[in-house]
Amino acid sequence: MIYLKLFITFFKIGLFSFGGGYAMLPLIQTEVVDVNSWISISEFTDIVAISQVTPGPIAVNSATYIGYTVTNSVIGSFFATLGVTLPSVIIMLIICNFFFKFKNNKYVENAFVGLRPVVVGLVLSAMLLLINKETFIDYKSIIFFALAFLATWKLKMNPILITLLAGIAGYFIY
Amino acid sequence: MKKYLEMFSVFFKIGAFTIGGGYAMVPLIEAEVVDKKKWIEKDEFIDTLALAQASPGPIAVNTAVFVGFKMDRYKGAFFTTLGSILPSFLIILAIAMFFRQLKDMEAVENAFKAIRPAVVALIAVSVISLSKNSRLKGIGYLIPIVVALAVKYLKITPILFIILAAIGGNIYVNVIKKGGA
Repeated sequence: MIYLKLFITFFKIGLFSFGGGYAMLPLIQTEVVDVNSWISISEFTDIVAISQVTPGPIAVNSATYIGYTVTNSVIGSFFATLGVTLPSVIIMLIICNFFFKFKNNKYVENAFVGLRPVVVGLVLSAMLLLINKETFIDYKSIIFFALAFLATWKLKMNPILITLLAGIAGYFIY
Repeated sequence: MKKYLEMFSVFFKIGAFTIGGGYAMVPLIEAEVVDKKKWIEKDEFIDTLALAQASPGPIAVNTAVFVGFKMDRYKGAFFTTLGSILPSFLIILAIAMFFRQLKDMEAVENAFKAIRPAVVALIAVSVISLSKNSRLKGIGYLIPIVVALAVKYLKITPILFIILAAIGGNIYVNVIKKGGA
């Protein structure tokens, strides 16, 4: 029963994907390339590349892609994607229930005093991780960065609009 | 039904433009959910991110669950989550079905050469606005910097910081603040 197998494998991947993003690449690779041999290592590299040029979490992207290639049907994509999403949704719902019940609890309030600066740090770390040679390929990258920064910071332009404009500019300039 | 459709479409939009993974959606959610729709408060947003980080799975999905749940419990969470996942599901499905070869994607790749540095700028602005809402003062500004450097250079998992921060917050309020006052 390949659908069940896809569901269970991606459920496992979803369950252990703390930190998100590229932190979970090794885990996905082990499961789909080494353990189940659903795709080859070069196909896996392709999925990573595709994920970089498409929106959405890499875990969801690889589930959708692998689900389709393994079964040659949308149903495979559906079960793999459902599997990878379900653990976070269930755990997040439990956390939400707890949060709204206890958000005025003293200990919970105190915990958030510590959490707020740390969350700022985590977002900052995401930014630092993106400052690399793949993102900043030439001097034009720095200009795009500066323009996008000014447009958001000073002109308060919508991020979606900025992303679209940057995409159009990149298409014509590169 | 109109409300659910609105929740779905806002998160569909966020899902469709979340490029660069994880925290790349922070500026988007801030613009759409906090500033425009006012579904969550500015200082509640940072708490949302803390909770989203404490659960496994993509930050975008976890944030969608939180906002949906806050607005209309399980039914709300269903529509926001579906909205946030559907764009990538449809796009990847189309790629898997029609163009397996990456060569077709050169135009897309060129567009992304400009989008990537722009996304860094968007996140930078989010860091500024988040630190304003985090009520940091004085030496407290060192915390995010230390955390960011530790994650980047020492590859320490964020979940460890979440646990330490929750404990640290309690110690700070009960011991240091009370002791100092």
